[in-house]
Amino acid sequence: MPIPPFTSFLKLFLLSLFFAFLPGAAPAQESPYFVAYDHYLEEPGNLEIEYFSTFGTQRGGRDFHAYWMEFEYGATAWWTTEFYLDGQSTFGDSTLFTGIRWENRVRVLKREHFINPVLYVEYEHKSGADKILKEGEGHDIESDFLTPNAEAHKEHINEIELKLILSSTFKGWNLTENTLAAKDLSNSPWEFGYAIGASRPLALKASAKRCSFCRQNFSAGVEMYGGLGDRHHFGMNETSHYLAPVVAWNLPSDWTFRLSPGFGLNNNSHRFLLRWGVSREIAGFGSMVSRLFGGRR
Amino acid sequence: MRAYFASLAGTAVLLSASLALAQRDKVALVYAELAKAPPKARTRRNPLEKDPDAVAAGRNLFEQHCTECHGDLAKGGNKGPSLRVEQVQNAEPGAIFWILTNGVVWRGMPVWSKLPEPQRWQVVSYIKSLGVADSAPVSAPSTRSSSNVATELPSPRR
Repeated sequence: MPIPPFTSFLKLFLLSLFFAFLPGAAPAQESPYFVAYDHYLEEPGNLEIEYFSTFGTQRGGRDFHAYWMEFEYGATAWWTTEFYLDGQSTFGDSTLFTGIRWENRVRVLKREHFINPVLYVEYEHKSGADKILKEGEGHDIESDFLTPNAEAHKEHINEIELKLILSSTFKGWNLTENTLAAKDLSNSPWEFGYAIGASRPLALKASAKRCSFCRQNFSAGVEMYGGLGDRHHFGMNETSHYLAPVVAWNLPSDWTFRLSPGFGLNNNSHRFLLRWGVSREIAGFGSMVSRLFGGRR
Repeated sequence: MRAYFASLAGTAVLLSASLALAQRDKVALVYAELAKAPPKARTRRNPLEKDPDAVAAGRNLFEQHCTECHGDLAKGGNKGPSLRVEQVQNAEPGAIFWILTNGVVWRGMPVWSKLPEPQRWQVVSYIKSLGVADSAPVSAPSTRSSSNVATELPSPRR
């Protein structure tokens, strides 16, 4: 299945902007993470439309700007499904649509516990030019990105990615640990990775007034992620790792903004990644669609 | 690849069918969840019960996160039951807090522990301030002594 041209990505981006301006948005309480996941799923029937960007420096090559659109839908209180569209621009080279992802997260336990497991299953259909760095896995390192877009785009990757998300919330702090196993559906070995994160809202009590700049609307933390090699060479050798402070601003006017400067922790990592994102949650999206087709919900 | 997509679609259909079955008798079962709160959780006191701002803050939080399902003033909505019934209004604050924290995940109510603990108690303060609604299916007169504080508050500016 060939990767569709960049114009398809642009059309979907514009369509998502249209949805983002529909009424019925719900003020979000989103985590600040870009890579790590906590155990909180999308509220049932809500659709969250998200745009994320990553600017990355590249030693020995051209810096890049990678981005993805994310459509996150709460199918139930225990199942969230997400569809991604990925693209990238390499400065002085070209702009490409690099692939799609379909992600599912399923809550395992019925109630809250000290550690809450969530299972994650993702299918990726992407080209070798994908640069969004949504996770660290296997032996992915900075020099992989030196291949020119025209050449890298010829490689098609179909990959299954599994994660075990273990997340706790204690005295306002969220602590999360994600273990990743990914398998290219061609004849490649299983690859492994990790992400850990900690975050907390700046205030635990809500203000009696509706406000944009109240401390409870901000949450901040840090995440760390990287690869752990593959089935044949498990470990930290020839892997990349990043440490990134994260901050999110949840506006009562329905929008969430996120920012994260990331720093490579070894010579195999990009020196600097600057990520930012904007998202809007549309409450009752499932009901709206259902009503279009004569449903009651 | 085609077989692979077919199996993914099949999984999605099976999950959707199980969802439809879970909708039945949801309301009664959701109220019944309050009784499942462990005694230790049920006897917890609301640390913000004397906080003069708790109800107003809880109202903001409720409107942001709960109205979509439970309707305006918690009278019940498309997806969530009314919280203005005796089962809820006469429940211990600790039991409501426990439901907020744990959700009723298999019956559609998400976990709300992502709201910090003080904010969950603020929501409890607001819910308890509402009282039993006239139109709610009341089986006996309410024994609550507090007035309907939250319904008398001015609506915050959106």
